Amino acid sequence: MDPCDHCEEVMQPYLDRSLSVDERVSVETHLASCPWCTNRFRFEQELRGYVRVACSEEMPPGLKAKLTALRTPLL
Amino acid sequence: MSETDTEGRRIAKEARERVRFEEEALGLSDQVFRVARGLVNSREEAEDLVQQTYERAFRSWRSFTPGTNLRAWLLRILTNLNIDRARRMQRRPMTQPMEEGDYFLYNKLEESAGRPLEEERVVERLSQDDVVGALSAVPHDFRDVLVLVDIGDFSYQDAAQILDIPIGTVMSRLHRARRVLKQELAERAVEAP
Repeated sequence: MDPCDHCEEVMQPYLDRSLSVDERVSVETHLASCPWCTNRFRFEQELRGYVRVACSEEMPPGLKAKLTALRTPLL
Repeated sequence: MSETDTEGRRIAKEARERVRFEEEALGLSDQVFRVARGLVNSREEAEDLVQQTYERAFRSWRSFTPGTNLRAWLLRILTNLNIDRARRMQRRPMTQPMEEGDYFLYNKLEESAGRPLEEERVVERLSQDDVVGALSAVPHDFRDVLVLVDIGDFSYQDAAQILDIPIGTVMSRLHRARRVLKQELAERAVEAP
């Protein structure tokens, strides 16, 4: 398989940190010499970070009090 | 020691354990809310879902095994409640995502930028609303996994346990969810002026 195709295939598990050490080293070796794949990885990584930030809404201020009120009262 | 004493101690011990459980659970509420917000389409729905989750958690606290992952336990309640809710609302049936390559969004953004993407932070071309809108368009079976792993930061293993599905299913749904999300983002990026 073309090394860039292989790289693309393992990109998501790589970013999920679920590759074995050997697999990871082989990806990193390829990345070190391939600007195209480096860009692709950077893009996917940035995208993930961005989705996480964009979707992270602070808890509404009143909610904690409502949840606390749900506790079983002490006798 | 009399029997009443023993019973009194037992009750006191249980009350202490319950209080500890409730405090620990409340301490995780902002994280639980964040996941809830990713799973549903509005802040109000997320608030309702979190409240229902805590009602149920406080009621069935005895079924939690101390020393195990409380955040995962709470989110298991939350995702189950959300599945019931989705059924009640008869949300649109899960659609098969278009099988397009993962390059799709990348190419689209590159095209609209008119130059290779290396020089700028491309994802900043997408607004927060684009991302929230795109996420809510992901069919909910896929979205659950995506939110747990990519927003809640759970491992595949934890997500499998929370959703009560095999780890292989977590991985395949995650793969599809990310694709659908990117396709939705690409559509929004194209719509932008």
